[in-house]
Amino acid sequence: MQQIHLGLVDYAILLAYTAFVIGIGFALRRYMKTSSDFLTSGRSIPAWVTGLAFLSANLGALELVGMAASGAKYGIATAHFYWVGAIPAMIFLAVFMMPFYYGSKARSVPEYLKLRFDERVRCLNSLTFAVMTVFASGISMNALAKLLNQLLGWDYNLSLWICSGVVLLYVLKGGLTSAIYTEVLQFFMIVLGFAPVVYLGLKDVGGWHKMTATLAGVAQDPAKVGLGSKTFAPDAWSSAWHPLLAGSNGNPMGVDLFAMLFGLGFVLSFGYWCTNFLVVQRAMAAKNMGAARRTPLIAAVPKMLFPALVILPGMIAASLAFTGKDGYRLPPKRVDNGIYEKAIPAIQQASTAKLDVEVALTQINNALGPQLAKDWKELKFSHEKLALILKDNAASPLSESGLRDRIQDAVTTNDYDGVILSLVKKYCPTGMLGLALTALLASFMSGMAGNVTAFNTVWTYDLYQAYLAKNKSDEHYMWMGRFITVVGILLSIACAYFASNYSNAMDIVQLVFGFVNAPLFATFLLGMFWKRATGTGAFLGLLGGTGTSALFHALTLATGNAPGVKGGYLGVVQTFPSEMAQNFWLASFAFGVCFLLTLVISLMTARTKSDEELKGLVYSLTPKLKDEAEAWYLRPAVLGLVLLGCCVILNLIFW
Amino acid sequence: MLDIRWPIGLMFSLVGVLLVLCGVVASPADYRKSLDINIDLIWGVVLLVFGALMLLLAWKGARATDEPGAEGRSAK
Repeated sequence: MQQIHLGLVDYAILLAYTAFVIGIGFALRRYMKTSSDFLTSGRSIPAWVTGLAFLSANLGALELVGMAASGAKYGIATAHFYWVGAIPAMIFLAVFMMPFYYGSKARSVPEYLKLRFDERVRCLNSLTFAVMTVFASGISMNALAKLLNQLLGWDYNLSLWICSGVVLLYVLKGGLTSAIYTEVLQFFMIVLGFAPVVYLGLKDVGGWHKMTATLAGVAQDPAKVGLGSKTFAPDAWSSAWHPLLAGSNGNPMGVDLFAMLFGLGFVLSFGYWCTNFLVVQRAMAAKNMGAARRTPLIAAVPKMLFPALVILPGMIAASLAFTGKDGYRLPPKRVDNGIYEKAIPAIQQASTAKLDVEVALTQINNALGPQLAKDWKELKFSHEKLALILKDNAASPLSESGLRDRIQDAVTTNDYDGVILSLVKKYCPTGMLGLALTALLASFMSGMAGNVTAFNTVWTYDLYQAYLAKNKSDEHYMWMGRFITVVGILLSIACAYFASNYSNAMDIVQLVFGFVNAPLFATFLLGMFWKRATGTGAFLGLLGGTGTSALFHALTLATGNAPGVKGGYLGVVQTFPSEMAQNFWLASFAFGVCFLLTLVISLMTARTKSDEELKGLVYSLTPKLKDEAEAWYLRPAVLGLVLLGCCVILNLIFW
Repeated sequence: MLDIRWPIGLMFSLVGVLLVLCGVVASPADYRKSLDINIDLIWGVVLLVFGALMLLLAWKGARATDEPGAEGRSAK
């Protein structure tokens, strides 16, 4: 990606945002009196604020970038991650699960597990969650620093430490409330920063109908824009359900209907939205039960419409690239500096010796050495363009930077994660550019703040207070909350460096967390709706589910992947058309095994909690909430049904 | 507790002003990129309106909580 030059106004907008988030932290400082104020916002925030924060905590920058990428790769079917993979689960959380989380007075999701089951389940859940949040925030900060480095030419280390420093400052001052407030700010930044880009893009491609017509061309000839060699029915990019109904070979995602509905729509989606403390924490900070239950419902409204903001840009990019309007192309994968340093002399030599392209490529490969050659192999080049570079350079030597640009231009492998920025760069003049980039930066930073505030609560209440220092004064836990916030940020920075140096190791780390998360919802489902579920059953069920994920992964593979990190290292029993399908099926199996194990083991073990102890924790033993006290349009069940109806209508419109 | 609408309102008003200034100063050539639309000016106004709306809501909210009996008194 080529660098962007910011104007004075762009920097002013960036600075204004930074000043405001720090200012919010300082303004909230005087309200932070107890550990509960700091770690759980003292349950004092109105529903619309927690609702938008609930959404923003999930809408990290990686999601923003990733959804645009998927929009280009898979078209409108990407919206299933919202309409199938989020809305139903958010409604379920609001109507059925929030009463237990909020009503039980648990301060965190792991603490609920302790109340419902026992210490073992809490320990397992809080440990994996704590480690996971630190890694997640490290991965995202690494992406941010890398982006600032490539895009604006800022120093990687400096970017990483300054951005982390800003987050540390406002979280330390204002705790969870600070994080929630900046998430709301980020929500508006994203909406108001990206809406004009989408508008301009859509106008440029000639409107929605023109775009879908072009996307029909993309579907029949994806190879033209480097989207793979398979061809699809004309509506594969522009219709949400048709390609899916055509089977896993009929859609670019390579996913079948069952995997989509059960794997994503039920297991993964409910597992994330209903049990992940990062998002649930926002709802738990609401000022009363009604507000807590409305939090996910309020979040569901913008969530439903977000595909227009985050997926549409990807579709616009694919269609622009297909017509080649104004020379637009999907951004090519970046060639690293290390490669340039070795490749440029090799090209210059090859050019003066007037070598053939194929021979030149072998020479470059030799010059790179084994480590860089591996990165080089992942890039595909247009041989015509390379031949032209060799010819031009032989005629009159090109400058080094000229050569760099030409080599980068010859790369045909797409960098889908660069799609959203390529549009920002294409359409935004100075001013708008600052706004859009600040929105992106904001979502990176508030993503870190979200992870760190969830981490410090789980550490302080579920690990430190539970196992290391019971019965200390509240001042002590307050101090620990602040101290661990600093530690959390430092650990995130360490993880960011780890991610930048060992990206393969990071893939494995994320894989392992996927194994742990896949079965989680089975535990919650049985725990909340079946009073007979026991601690031993839940604990062993979770372990069994996680083991199943690992085993499933070891025995299956997606087409086109070599056995190894991507699976199949114990032999390949089943091959899936895509990694996504493999992942959805993995989750389905893990869920099934965890569900069955918990069920069977619970029946074999004696109950350790009496009906009285489980009151407020299990559905059948909890007095029904009286919604009648509230106006009908505020009742969660009514709102939930209305939202579900809207979601169905959206699916039908884009069928 | 601090009403979040104050910082939101203030920040977007400020950014709105910056964008409007940007749009007023710039020449038509600067907007070749944005399809010859002066997006800074238009969007700056949108942000200003949004920011002002947030400030208005925050101001109303503050009045409602600071003077619980305000409405009753003004009726007298």
